[in-house]
Amino acid sequence: MSTRRIALTVNGTRHEAEAPVRQHLGDFLRGTLGLTGTHLGCEHGVCGACTVLLDGRAIRACLVLAVQAEDRAVTTVEGLAPSPEALHPLQAAFCANHGLQCGFCTPGMLTTLEEFLRDCPDPTEEEVRVAISGNLCRCTGYDSIVAATMEAARAMREAAA
Amino acid sequence: MKAAPFAYHDPRSVEEALHLLATLENARLLAGGQSLMPMLNMRVAFPDHLIDLNRVEGLAGVTAEGGALRIGAMTRQRDIEESPLVRAHLPLMSEALTHVGHRQTRNRGTIGGSLCNLDPSAELVAVATALDAVLEVQGPSGARDLSIHELPLGFMTPSLAPEEMLTAIRIPLPPAGHGAAFEEFARRHGDYAITSAAAVLVLEGGRIARASLTLGGVGAGPLRLRSAEAALAGQAPSEALLREAAAACGSIDAMSDPQAPAWYRRRLAATLARRALTAAASRATTPARQGGLA
Ligand code: FES
Ligand code: FES
Repeated sequence: MSTRRIALTVNGTRHEAEAPVRQHLGDFLRGTLGLTGTHLGCEHGVCGACTVLLDGRAIRACLVLAVQAEDRAVTTVEGLAPSPEALHPLQAAFCANHGLQCGFCTPGMLTTLEEFLRDCPDPTEEEVRVAISGNLCRCTGYDSIVAATMEAARAMREAAA
Repeated sequence: MKAAPFAYHDPRSVEEALHLLATLENARLLAGGQSLMPMLNMRVAFPDHLIDLNRVEGLAGVTAEGGALRIGAMTRQRDIEESPLVRAHLPLMSEALTHVGHRQTRNRGTIGGSLCNLDPSAELVAVATALDAVLEVQGPSGARDLSIHELPLGFMTPSLAPEEMLTAIRIPLPPAGHGAAFEEFARRHGDYAITSAAAVLVLEGGRIARASLTLGGVGAGPLRLRSAEAALAGQAPSEALLREAAAACGSIDAMSDPQAPAWYRRRLAATLARRALTAAASRATTPARQGGLA
């Protein structure tokens, strides 16, 4: 099977590894780098569980080849928190508002919303719902995720002020 | 749900990509990958060679050229959505893009990929049709221009030769002050539209100087309603006139599929066309200033 040696930055750390050219980025992150925070649901671009940031933009890791991430910067859910002791404001708000139940969709929700709140720091609930329209959650019914996002946005605005 | 093996190529120039395309057997071009990657993962597509265009120089960007906007084939949908040039001059495209997939897929998906994938419900295909886009195509024998109206050969089948690729899209600018609107009905936000309507109206002296009306999702390709456009031209844009023009969409040949029967698509078409025409008329300012870039 054809493979390639690739170098990329994941959560600020430089990694070099062999990747089969047909392997998608989600499998590479989980299988080769051991970063199992990124979840794989459908592997054909429908559920959003695999969302990671590629050069700061939310993308579906099942729809990008690992070799395409060569020389790029990837942020996964493991890279969101500022330190091992502190949570990202979105993570803290998800905890406080029951924004997760089984947690399967959570990594994709958090990475999607991280990019969204950077673009849109003061969103309406409607805008939050559109932002997560590409992420399926089978547990929460979304209301608690929306509430958590509104709270995180408030906290981030206050921290920035 | 893993892709079957293929050989991977990542050319840096259009020439290199064209050379690979002309010499490799059973090769596919990979643009943003938001349709091809699912097809690979589900093993619906089995290319022996994948030619990745993501590192090819000079295929992305939006520029104003004469009376047109030129959009590189590898420009991401998200960059087009946020382009100030597109917002100012092609509001129809900005509006339609908010319906294309989701934030995560628009961050990756490209305009060239959408057009060549040619899904009958794809918003960008309908918009390019409504705006009379010209496609810049390159192949072994050089470059040629192709009208968007000549792109669809059949269901998801573009008229490009196997060794040709789309490099850019040129869209002639509608005059400043034109009104445009995009309406669609989908089961969920971001799904492909069951039916969509794109309308462009240019007013002069209180009358419609030019009308463009396109339906997406009703057949194998986008449908321009030339007779409705002709009926609108020269008339004052009254509610009754727009309603009548839209009603013509209720008698088109529409397709049936597991999502919706033909009669349902026809009803959607008439309603969405009326909404799009009405919104376009209310957004148009009259008299329209002639000319391209302000
Ligand atoms: S696993 Fe990537 S979208 Fe579902
Ligand atoms: S918390 Fe279970 S899928 Fe969202």
